[in-house]
Amino acid sequence: MDVKQLRKAAWIIFFVTPGLMIVGVFILLPLFMSLYNSLFSWNQLLPVEFVGLENFSRLFTKYPYQQRFLNALQNNLIWFLSTMVLQNSVGLLFGYLMSRSIPGYQAFKRIFFIPVLFSIIAVGFLWGLYLKPSGLVNNFLGLVGLESLQHAWLGEERFATMAIIMVNIWRWVGFPSLVFLAAIDNVPTECLEAAHLDGVGEWKLFWKIVFPLIIPSITIITVLTVIGSLNVFEQIYTMTGLDGGPNYSTDTIGTLFYRTAFGSVDAGSPEIGIGSAIGVVIYILTFLISLISIRFSRNREVQL
Amino acid sequence: MKRFLLLMLVCTVAVSTLFAAGTTETPVAGSQAKTEIHFWTWRPEDVDFYASQIAIFEAANPDIKVVQTAHKNTEYNTILAAALAGGSGPDVFQGRAYGGLATFADSHYLEPLEQWLPELKNYSPTALLGATSPTDGKIYGSPAVSQTVFMYYNKAIYKELGLSIPKNWAQLIANFDAMKKAGYIPLANGAKDGWTLETMLGGMGPAFYGATDFFTAVVEGKKNFQDPAFIKMIEKMKSLTAYMPDMFMGVSYEDMRANFFNEVAGHLVGGSYEAAYFNAQNPDLDYDVFAIPGEDASKPGPVSVYADMNFAMNAASQKKNAAVKFLKFLSSKDFGNSMIRELKMISSVPGVDASSDPFIARVLELQKNATPFIFLVGFRYQQPTGSSLWQAAAQGVMAGTLTPAQAAKQVQDGIASYYKPFQK
Repeated sequence: MDVKQLRKAAWIIFFVTPGLMIVGVFILLPLFMSLYNSLFSWNQLLPVEFVGLENFSRLFTKYPYQQRFLNALQNNLIWFLSTMVLQNSVGLLFGYLMSRSIPGYQAFKRIFFIPVLFSIIAVGFLWGLYLKPSGLVNNFLGLVGLESLQHAWLGEERFATMAIIMVNIWRWVGFPSLVFLAAIDNVPTECLEAAHLDGVGEWKLFWKIVFPLIIPSITIITVLTVIGSLNVFEQIYTMTGLDGGPNYSTDTIGTLFYRTAFGSVDAGSPEIGIGSAIGVVIYILTFLISLISIRFSRNREVQL
Repeated sequence: MKRFLLLMLVCTVAVSTLFAAGTTETPVAGSQAKTEIHFWTWRPEDVDFYASQIAIFEAANPDIKVVQTAHKNTEYNTILAAALAGGSGPDVFQGRAYGGLATFADSHYLEPLEQWLPELKNYSPTALLGATSPTDGKIYGSPAVSQTVFMYYNKAIYKELGLSIPKNWAQLIANFDAMKKAGYIPLANGAKDGWTLETMLGGMGPAFYGATDFFTAVVEGKKNFQDPAFIKMIEKMKSLTAYMPDMFMGVSYEDMRANFFNEVAGHLVGGSYEAAYFNAQNPDLDYDVFAIPGEDASKPGPVSVYADMNFAMNAASQKKNAAVKFLKFLSSKDFGNSMIRELKMISSVPGVDASSDPFIARVLELQKNATPFIFLVGFRYQQPTGSSLWQAAAQGVMAGTLTPAQAAKQVQDGIASYYKPFQK
């Protein structure tokens, strides 16, 4: 190796090391620690003995872990589907409309993106106030004569999860909008002009030309939605609490994990073994589903 | 090559500063052989109180310096657990009671206190139960405070409507009806925060399920939570929804307290810990408390009581002698009296003087009919705890998605999954 190469390697090490260390200490190490912890039985805060995969088998088969876990996973699925269908289609619509330069699109671009910049905790707290029985939302419904639609949005099992999802969509829709806008703006204009000259309508233009060309950004948004939906925590924590109330109707694997691993002041003591097992399952799920969705949409990518 | 070496040197320096940042030690100025002990609390709102008490302690013990740190209540357990596990925990700290205590005691983070504090034998058994690990029966905390759950009522509204303290359930409901008619919310409680439904159970439950007799029977496994008396109690609780605020499923803990201290609502099932908050929020609020009666007017209503805070010592503390001095101070009658006077808390120290505060005198009087706060005292040692099961099931009942019998089954099945006396 000559000096030049050595010097290059040194520079690479210099720039990569800090980042690598942060990833190692704060991401990889905890990941392996939770895998390690999940293989032991615990007496309160101390590991007792190596039990192999017993914590996992309890999580998947024993009452009440199985019930809580499946219930939470089902809510994560609802999060994923609602976010995919509502947030990302609205995002795509917004992105498309803005790319068509509708009047005031520059202003919309900024307005849609502002909530993305807000702290998730502040958004949860404020919307928690708005969704109270005497909050902004019910007051507005009363004002426009829709008293019959007033509800305890975060207190009723049938509305609570959807209410929180809606808040999250409100907060986050600007992000897919901008990603899709950027992707649509990248579609070559000559291609679109040629289609227009051939008399292709707006609908067909979108589905046959624009959509296939923006599949890479759809992949990114889908993967981010998968990760986001599996990691939902702060929204629940701020709006309905760590117990995923009422009666576990807003529980997600994130809150279930936290509650199990660390305990909650008002309800129970920590169970580190099972909690770590949930953590590992979250990691594996995120990893696998992301991989599948990348594969799935890769197959549909089109190159010009 | 020189430049390469220089580069590596820069790397090393950069990396070592990154890691060294947290470990630099500055010598304490003026530390003339003073023993410094660390004291943690979960009460940021009481920092001034503890600072003034620490000043009294330090004046009497000039060789000891106490450093106080307060953490947010909801994060306290996690921070404390991490600190104790890492060997850097405080010497003396506020500890939880019952299952919360067992978590730390069974992990060997707490020092057994009998040999250090012989005065513990003078405490009431109720108080000591909250400081004792069920695993080895040793006492790991000096009991500090007890809480009592009962009904707060607005005296001014009672006077205005000509009501009197109910002697039985029917009279209580009649009072609720009168308030509803007059346009007040009869009962401020909501159901959004599950734990407030456990408080509600503590307030109105014992008179119906049979107070301490039932508690003892379920703890021994002779009865269970599908007992008809327990199910009937859940039905009675459900019947209260007619008197709770509109959309009570969305009414949170903060909302219900505000309804009461703003005098929009006439009653609130709550713990003795609310009084100081009410006094601070609305000094003109004229309120008192009563035990919620059952159907029989001849029996006084029971109140649920639980130990709420212990002062504990780190088993790994290097300064146990100084820590014990401070613990003894926190267990003294003078300190207990200050807690009553300044924090309006019901001190567990034997022989404290509550005469300075009529509210606390009243609480101590109601405590003559004390019964253990059922799920916290008896069933919060293992997952799923009785508390978490009850809180979720009770929300289902109040919302109408579970029947009382289904809720009772949910609680029973959950506890029976680990509780040996229920598995017979």
